[in-house]
Order: sequence, then C-alpha cells, then structure tokens
Amino acid sequence: MNPMVQGILTIVIGVGGCVGYFYFANLILDKFIFPATGPNPGHNINRANQVRPWLFLFPAIFALGLYLVYPVIGSFWRSLFNREGSEFIGMGNYTALWADEQFTTSLFNNMLWVIVVPAGATFFGLLAAQLTDRLKWGNIAKSLIFMPMAISFVGASLIWKFVYANDADIGMINAVRAMLGADTPVDVLQIPFWNNFFLMVILIWIQTGFAMVILSAALRGVPEDTIEAAIIDGANPFQIFFKIKVPQIIGTIVVVWTTITILVLKVFDIVYATTGGNFGTQILPSYMMSYMFRDDGRATAVAFVIMIIVLPVMIWNIAQARKEMR
Amino acid sequence: MDNIAGSKSSLSWATNIAVVFMVLVWLVPTVGLLVSSFRDRDQISASGWWQAPFSVELTFRGRADISSASQDGGVYVAEGNIFEDPEVQAAFSSGEGAVTAFGDSGRNPTEFPAGEVADLGDGETLVVNGDGSYRFTSAEEFGNRGPRIYFAASTPPQFTLDNYRNVLTADNMDRAFINTLTVTIPATIIPILIAAFAAYALAWMQFPGRGLLIACVVGLLVVPLQLALVPMLNLHNTVGIGQSFVGIWMAHTAFGMPLAIYLLRNYMVGLPRDIIECAKVDGATDFEVFTKIVLPLSFPALASFAIFQFLWTWNDLLVAKVFLPSADESKVMTVKIADDLLGSRGGDWGILATAAFVSIAVPLVVFFSMQRYLVRGLLAGSVK
Repeated sequence: MNPMVQGILTIVIGVGGCVGYFYFANLILDKFIFPATGPNPGHNINRANQVRPWLFLFPAIFALGLYLVYPVIGSFWRSLFNREGSEFIGMGNYTALWADEQFTTSLFNNMLWVIVVPAGATFFGLLAAQLTDRLKWGNIAKSLIFMPMAISFVGASLIWKFVYANDADIGMINAVRAMLGADTPVDVLQIPFWNNFFLMVILIWIQTGFAMVILSAALRGVPEDTIEAAIIDGANPFQIFFKIKVPQIIGTIVVVWTTITILVLKVFDIVYATTGGNFGTQILPSYMMSYMFRDDGRATAVAFVIMIIVLPVMIWNIAQARKEMR
Repeated sequence: MDNIAGSKSSLSWATNIAVVFMVLVWLVPTVGLLVSSFRDRDQISASGWWQAPFSVELTFRGRADISSASQDGGVYVAEGNIFEDPEVQAAFSSGEGAVTAFGDSGRNPTEFPAGEVADLGDGETLVVNGDGSYRFTSAEEFGNRGPRIYFAASTPPQFTLDNYRNVLTADNMDRAFINTLTVTIPATIIPILIAAFAAYALAWMQFPGRGLLIACVVGLLVVPLQLALVPMLNLHNTVGIGQSFVGIWMAHTAFGMPLAIYLLRNYMVGLPRDIIECAKVDGATDFEVFTKIVLPLSFPALASFAIFQFLWTWNDLLVAKVFLPSADESKVMTVKIADDLLGSRGGDWGILATAAFVSIAVPLVVFFSMQRYLVRGLLAGSVK
C-alpha cells in the first residue's frame, strides 16, 4: 500500500478510534454498567465517576507504560544477556564496556558536553535575553537567534560542516585563517580533543534560542520596584543585572540548565553526521548507535548507563513538581 | 528601565552593536547554506559563498584548431580564438571571455600570464591573449588532433536551480520528502487527542493516585529514548509490525506523550474553575465538559504541542533510523542526508546544501508563522 494512503488511513483510524473509544466507553459506563436508574441511582453515579478518570487515562497510560516504563526494565534485563540474547552473562556487558577504550572516551566526552553545552547555551541565552530586552528591534533579533531551534540536528550539522570545511574557499574558519596568512587549511574536526568543542558549538548554537526565550520571560517578570530602588541607590547597569536580576531568576536558570543537560545526554545526531564518532569525538548516544543492530546486549547496556546518568535530574524534577503542586 | 532615574544609558549603542554581532553569528551559517544551494557546482569549490556576487576565476581546457593551420617559414602555425572552441563554448555561450592565464598541461593550467609568449620546448611556442585569441607554433607538423590549451578565465557569478533539480529528481529526495510528511502528520495528530483526555483527567477529576501519576509523567519527560529502542523494536518484530510506518507512528505517539500531557495539564489547570463547575451544576457530564468547554478553551496549548511534536518528528533521526526499514524507498529526509548524501556525496557541497535546505524549509516556515504558540508552549513547559 502507498505509505501516503496508509498515512491518511492511519489518521482517520487513529483519530476516529480515539474519539470512538472515549465516546463509547463513556456511553457504556453510564448506560449499561452503572446506569443512573434502578434501585440506587446515586450509588451508581458515584461508582461511574470513580471509574471514569481511568477511562480517560487508559490510552495514555497504556502508551506510556509500554513505550517508556517497560523499556527501562526491558533494557536492563536485555543488557544482562549476551549478543544473541541466548545466554545470561550478568554484568558481562558492563564490564566489557568498562574495558573498552571507546566507552571511557565517550564517557569523558559526554562529561565535557554536559558541562560546556548547558553552560554555553545558558550564558549566551541570558546575554541575548538581557541585551534584546529594551531594543526597538529586539523581537526581530530574538526571532533570528531562536530560529536554529526549528532546524534539525542533521541540518545544523551540515550547516556547520560548511563553516568548518577543510578548504579556504568553502569553510569560513579556514577562509579567516587564510586571510590572516595561514598557508594550509586545517580540518578543525580532526584536531584531537578540541574537535569536541567545535561539535559542542553546534548544539550551543541550537539551544541558545531556547534559553533566551525562557530567560527573557523570566527577566520581564522581575518586579520593577526592585530595579527602581537599585537605580535610586546608584547601582550601575552591571550591578543591576548581576545583583538584582540574576538572583531573582536563578530558579529559571536552573530549569533551563537541567533541561539542556538532559537534551545533551540524548543527542546523537550531531556526532553521527559530522565525524561519525571518529577522531576521539564519540559520545554515549552515538556510541550506543554503533552497537544498535549489531549487539543488542551491549547497546542496551550503554542505554542503561545513560539512564543512570539522567536519574538524579529525574528525581530532582519530580521533587520540584511535587513541591509546586502543594 | 534605565530611563527611570532620568539618565539615558550610555551603554545603549554598545548593546546595539553587541546584538547585531550576535544575530550575525547566529544567522550567517544558515545564510551560507542557502546561498551555496543556489550556486553552480564549480563555483562553490572555486570561491567562498561570501564571494558569490563576484566573478570567479575557473580553469577550462580546449584544443587548438588545426584545420586552418598554415606553414610559415618552416614552422607550422595554428591560430584562432579559444572561445570559439566547441568544448569551451559549453561554458562561454557568448563566445567571449577574459583569459587571465594559460598553460599547456592539466597539472599547471595557469603557468603563463595572458599575452606572454610561452616556450613549451620541442620547438613549440604558445601565446594566448586576454581576448582569447591564440597562436600555436610548432617545428613539426600537427597530428590528427590539435594540441591541448588550458586557460583560466573569470566567469560571471552563476546562480542556478540545477542543484534543486538534481536533489529533487535524481537522489530520491522527493520520495524522502513525502516519507517525512507521512511519518510526521499522523505522529503529530494522534497523540494530541489521547493526551488531551489524560490531561483533563489529571487536571479536573478527583481520584486516588492522581499526584503520583503526575509525578510519573514528570519523571518520564526525561527518560532517554535510547532505552526504548532495543526492547520496542524487538516487541514490534514479535507482534508482526516490524520496521514500518505503523511502528514509527506508534513510537512517536508514545514518545511525545509525556510532554503533551504535561503541557496540556499545566494549561488546563489554569482554566477558570467557575466555568467548569457551572457546567457541572447544570448537569453536564465530564465527557461533555471536556469536549464542549475544556477542549475549545485549550486551543493555544494544543497548538503549542502540535508545533513541538511536528518539529520534533520532522527533525528526528534516531527514531526513524531504528523503527523504519533501511530500504531506500522508506527513508525520511534526515536519514537520507545523514546516511546517503554525507557518505557518498560528501564532497558535493552544492547537493548537500540543497538537500539540507529542502529538509529545513518546512520547519522554518512553520516556525516563523507559528512562533507565538511555540514560545507560549516553551514557557508553559519550563518556567515554574
């Protein structure tokens, strides 16, 4: 079947199925299982209202449970088996990972990414948010800095491959070097260690817009009388920014920081599309993809390592959410 | 706000310059890609895209015309204009150009400046003038074919749609474009409805375990997708879905669910309590309250999530690589670019730039036309 037709059919079946499910499940609950008639209608209505939330929640819980909760257990279980999944090898995959130089490299690189990218994106985002705040054309500027958010990681990697190209007639980096008098172009993606930072630039470039939008809203929310008071007391613009505004939006800064941190741990596209993990640029998500389809045991072990790194942030997020709800 | 105390900030011009600089840094790489995608392939490798409006010096080759060769005092002479050579005319249709340098070997095509009489050894001399006229002399008779002449000439900037034509016809990119649409649209629409019902239940219905469920959704927001790949692909294979569009629709639906529920619930909780309670007092059931009041009022949040999910599924590489078959006819654009074009045509910058631009054009249009909703969604999802 033509995938396009299949797609349209899926929309009809999917949407129709959802509407049908919700409508008929309600109908059956109200009319047949606990009808508001008979010997004690009040009791039945109460019973129906106790069941109804679960009717509303069922499809979502099913999807979440199957695709996100089950895999946590399923992946861990699978990671205890060998490549074919036939033999239980306990922690074998994990010890093998630990012995693999590629794994330690990617772990180290990942630590660099987790430190540099959120810091960079938050810093530039805060800078952009503050600088554009009172400009007449600030909204246009924000819109343009925000734009890379819409670009895929693959697209962004390609855009920056142009900038980094190993040819003074294509890559801007080498063109600038040639202008300054360098004779031979360099491939910045092959400079050991520093190439990691050139890849991080791509993600910072994408995520700065996200940080800027959120921090910009937070800066607008800073009460004006605190700033007025500071001005009257003779504070200069830098003091206002660092001593009055930043402390008041620190909570938002932390949220932005953790959101980007989580993202960093998931993005494999950039490394995959630029260096393919060569030249010492491997990170955990791309390292996992190198095992995908080849060795499920090893791949799930890497995925579980990522999960363990994410875990503290997850717990912190839940704690924050619970605090808010009270 | 600096004006409050009556003094205009002296930093204002510095701010302007800093913002201009930042915008340029953020914009220039993308502009480079766009400009490159319209440039001729030879020109891309000859000069940077920032020089696109200027003429480019490229090297060409032709043959001396020996049909009109004459003998002049013991030496054989071939004369003519290199721009009339059929081989060269492909690039210079007007029959005119400006030669800057020439040579007789492909290894060093710009050995001599135009107008200089070059001694090629073996009693041969060659001179090519700026207007393209040449004079080749030889002590021996010419063979069957005229000797090669290499030369460099500046060519005017050329902007073509050839790259687009190539990408959209030859490279199966049109198919990939349709595949991307096919993946994206159902994967955007279906989760909205499922999540909206769940969000309503979590926002406005009382039942035991509600707080725990919300905490679970918040926790699931950050679960790395990588965990789901192996177990779910195996499950898909077991139940017979395998790697297919159905599989990727289901996967995207589920992966988008935590964010959808979280965003929609945050929005629905903020709806005025009075309206919902009045409706209930008037005898509306939860189902009616949801479909007739909450859903229409939640339109902005639904739109925000739809944009997020659209951008995410359109730009996704990981899920598409794992849950779609690896055959060429079912590749989406991101996979096509990352696996095919970057690998096999790594050096063809024109094709790469064009393919990338085709793949980011639709998200950019969505982004600029719906930016308001996107920003609102981001704020609802993060600032707390």
